[in-house]
Amino acid sequence: MSTTNVQDDSQNRPARNRAGQDVTGELTRASAGILPAHLADATVDESSLKRFLAGLPGVDPVGLEQRSAGLATRSIKRASKLQAIDLAISMVDLTTLEGADTPGKVKSLAAKARRPDPDVPETPTVAAVCVYPDMVATAAAALAGTDIGIASVATAFPSGRSSLQIKIADTKLAIDAGATEVDMVIDRGAFLSGNVGKVFDEIATIKGVCGDTRLKVILETGELGTYDNVRKASWLALLAGGDFIKTSTGKISPAATLPVTQLMLTAVRDWFDETGELRAVKPAGGIRNTKDAIRYLVMVHEVAGPQWLDPFLFRFGASSLLNDLLMQRRTQLSGHYSGPNYVTVD
Amino acid sequence: MSDRIAVAKTYKLFVGGAFPRSESGRTYQVTTAEGAFLANAAQGSRKDARDAVGAARKAFGSWSNATAYNRGQVIYRIAEMMEARRAQFVELVAESEGIKASKAQVAVDTAIDRIVHFAGWTDKIAAVFGGANPVAGPFFSFSTPEPTGVVAVIAPEEDSLLGLISVVLPAIVSGNAVVVIASQSRPVPAVTFAEVLATSDLPGGVVNIITGSAAEIAPWLASHGDVNALELTGAEPELRTALEQAAAGTVKRVHYSHGTPDFFGDPGTARMRAFLETKTVWHPTGAVSLSGGGSY
Amino acid sequence: MDWEYAPAPESAAIGRIKPRYQMFVDGAFRDGRGSDLVTLNPGTGEQLSTVSTASSEDVDEAVAAARAAYDKYWSKISGAERGKYLFRIARGIAERARELAVVETLDNGKPIKESRDVDIPTASAHFFYHAGWADKLEYAGFGPRPRALGVAGQVIPWNFPLLMAAWKIAPALAAGNTVVIKPAETTPLSILVLAEIIADADLPPGVVNILPGAGDVGSALVNHRGVDKVAFTGSTAVGKAIQSSLAGSGKKVTLELGGKAANIVFDDAPIDQAVEGIVNGIFFNQGQVCCAGSRLLVQESVAEEVVAKLKSRLATLRMGDPMDKNTDIGAINSALQLSRVSALADSGDDEGAERWTAPCAVPDRGFYFPPTVFSNVSPAMRIAREEIFGPVLSVLTFRTPDEAVAKANNTPYGLSAGVWTEKGSRILGMAAALRAGVVWANTFNRFDPAASFGGYKESGFGREGGPAGLGAYLTNAEDGN
Repeated sequence: MSTTNVQDDSQNRPARNRAGQDVTGELTRASAGILPAHLADATVDESSLKRFLAGLPGVDPVGLEQRSAGLATRSIKRASKLQAIDLAISMVDLTTLEGADTPGKVKSLAAKARRPDPDVPETPTVAAVCVYPDMVATAAAALAGTDIGIASVATAFPSGRSSLQIKIADTKLAIDAGATEVDMVIDRGAFLSGNVGKVFDEIATIKGVCGDTRLKVILETGELGTYDNVRKASWLALLAGGDFIKTSTGKISPAATLPVTQLMLTAVRDWFDETGELRAVKPAGGIRNTKDAIRYLVMVHEVAGPQWLDPFLFRFGASSLLNDLLMQRRTQLSGHYSGPNYVTVD
Repeated sequence: MSDRIAVAKTYKLFVGGAFPRSESGRTYQVTTAEGAFLANAAQGSRKDARDAVGAARKAFGSWSNATAYNRGQVIYRIAEMMEARRAQFVELVAESEGIKASKAQVAVDTAIDRIVHFAGWTDKIAAVFGGANPVAGPFFSFSTPEPTGVVAVIAPEEDSLLGLISVVLPAIVSGNAVVVIASQSRPVPAVTFAEVLATSDLPGGVVNIITGSAAEIAPWLASHGDVNALELTGAEPELRTALEQAAAGTVKRVHYSHGTPDFFGDPGTARMRAFLETKTVWHPTGAVSLSGGGSY
Repeated sequence: MDWEYAPAPESAAIGRIKPRYQMFVDGAFRDGRGSDLVTLNPGTGEQLSTVSTASSEDVDEAVAAARAAYDKYWSKISGAERGKYLFRIARGIAERARELAVVETLDNGKPIKESRDVDIPTASAHFFYHAGWADKLEYAGFGPRPRALGVAGQVIPWNFPLLMAAWKIAPALAAGNTVVIKPAETTPLSILVLAEIIADADLPPGVVNILPGAGDVGSALVNHRGVDKVAFTGSTAVGKAIQSSLAGSGKKVTLELGGKAANIVFDDAPIDQAVEGIVNGIFFNQGQVCCAGSRLLVQESVAEEVVAKLKSRLATLRMGDPMDKNTDIGAINSALQLSRVSALADSGDDEGAERWTAPCAVPDRGFYFPPTVFSNVSPAMRIAREEIFGPVLSVLTFRTPDEAVAKANNTPYGLSAGVWTEKGSRILGMAAALRAGVVWANTFNRFDPAASFGGYKESGFGREGGPAGLGAYLTNAEDGN
């Protein structure tokens, strides 16, 4: 790959190992997995990577969308609905990513994460809270003693328009402050200009910085323009060692959609079939109500498989979704409709 | 008048662009309407019909794949060649049908004009009988007419030339290949028409002309597994019914004029359409954005 | 995590199934002189209702009623007025769509999501589309003075009961014909609900007559001297018998018969969507579709990948109660059909093909056949040549496009075909080379009233839908020349 200095010493080694020795020389290996030859070969150099991505099967948008639309007609009732709601709550990355974020706001969010529905204490907790790097310490303090994750966006979120050094520093800032998960953005400009080696190296490098901290790679699918690009970017991120592939920053429309998520679920499923490794998916942005969330879960269930019905392997990047899930949960339990005044604003 | 002895012509079949004798070796006598000897015509057999179907099937591929423009030019060329032999055809039609030269002239002129008419259809058929289908979904769908394949034709018994051309041309304009059984009692104009075809640019096998008995030959065509359609305007009602029954064996398309056809009248499009299949093709649209294949 | 979807059954009560139905003749529901038939719910195998059937005298009366309606009224009113009746029927179907979907699923066995999302809306759309033609026949491209043929005798199958009724009745009426139609013996109910909609639309008596019954009623109808036009959808064997019996009658005939469609997947296909297309192609409506993509022709270089993905996808299909909104694969329409499908599938075993069955639990009552894939199929096997009309896919491979075309066309049928490739020129080349009436490229089983549908070769002749479909019900003065 051309933009970092890793290419010189790395011809025959798996990509993530290569990346692990990039830039600082102190980065850890991204993964212990040994890739099948055709995948390992794909990351030998940028032209191999380009050929590999170009060789992925195309995506027919109408067929893709029709499968999504078909799955969206599943009717989830009664016990299976309550089960889905609880699962969805446990998958939420409760997010605040505003310029106006304050310690107070983040503390309130953390409190919500710990006890989503104070009136119904057995309600599951969320998977993580997701904040900017400078808010990580606040969140970590507020969540101390829980197993709720602290996710931080990084790498010049949301645009990704900065130097690799800044992105590395951004990531370290978050991790040092206590982040247990990092949500990085890819360089969409590099991707769209065909500079996939740069995108690969940045992901691999950040994964190296992360070490055991799980890395979510935000593709910002709304800026990629086509489903074919979403598929390519998904594979690129998987090859580079991303633990999650994530749709969106939430700052660009369209954000998460069912067809885009279907493509990404297909990618992790294919990755599993080829490598035996389980990677995760996170749609983010635009998922606001229970009905939507259940549609996503149906898709996880039927496209990736039941194994992925696990907060370790699937997350929702959302803020207002949680309250709707809580209201619907109450409705399921009480048999009558709840209202917004019975769940807390965050 | 000269005392010269005329050179008599042997009238043969027209199969695959060549003029073979019947494999059966049989001939039958053709007379003028007044009963004078005119010629010995080949008495085609079932094997001749089989060979003709083979020739037609072979020709169908390239003829149906030729551009419509090319087919139009080839068919127009047939009219040119006929125009050059106008006087000969007038004489043969008059003799064969026992009609005055002036009446035969009208039939021949109409026949030539009919060929010109159909020459102009080749590159209109798809536009008139096909088009884009505005389906309710993110798909481009279009329907296009295609030729049915090999059409077996029984030419009208009375109208020896105009009848023949009226039933053969609508089939070949769209790319079908034809095996036609000529008028049994008046085959001479048909065989002479074969000579026109042989000297035109029509590929061999697109039109194959068998002389002989429709009652003997046609059942073999009607039951032939590689014949796709029948044009039975020239068949007697009883024979026609039997052929229609046989056609059902492989679901052949069958067309004939109901009532007495007026070959001098507007030929319409029904016969042309009878030997067309509509093919509908669908393809998704989109691939332009992430939101909705149907948007573009 | 295990996540079982709770049962989500549509309410059977919405179907308002009556204990007994009557035929619809000359604007009235009345008993026929035939013996009652019992219609079953294929999902359970239990009796659903009884239906009065027609005798040959009833056929006479229905044809007479249709003739009288044609002579006295339907041929006299303007196309615009005919169109308004058809628009009313289209709306009527849409208004009672949920009820019709339930009736269709209970009587046919197809999943409620298919009757709800495909059959019923498309039936309504067919009336809406053809309604608009009624006053524009001069512009349909068949000559300057098109006119109706008279009385149309129509016989329809059980796989899409209401939709097939719409395909038949709508163009016939739009072109100005009157109709006598016989539904299939196992699925007479939805068309009798349509009869109520037709009656509510104030369609004049005799314009549409509906005669339930078995094959003898259909035979009496199509051979009736008072019928000018015959339209049949069903098996090729019956189609041939009809064509033969009508020889010499001078009736205009259209036949929409069987198929053995090739669904061709090239190595550059959008593989995931191709897999969806294969699934939709052969398992839609339990494969009981004349245009089903029952022969998968897959390029050898991707065969293993495609078949693996296909099996993994098939494992997610949910077979069971057709009334459950989450059911993907419902019931086979009848015990008889189930036995036919089973017998043909068994021939695949006998002839050495390798059977794979989707891991679906088969319900302990009703008529079910799990999605089945045969690999190692050679073109000579019965499962590669005969129409199975069930959820059974035969997988064959090819090496080059030429070989794919040759194998695809190597059948007496020619109804439909599928092509999967991202190469544009090959899509168009294949579409031209395939001898089939419908070619779906990078999609499958799409239907629309504006797009004509029908077969080449032994799949029948004539078209339904689009201008070509309308032409089947029209004639012109020049047609006799």
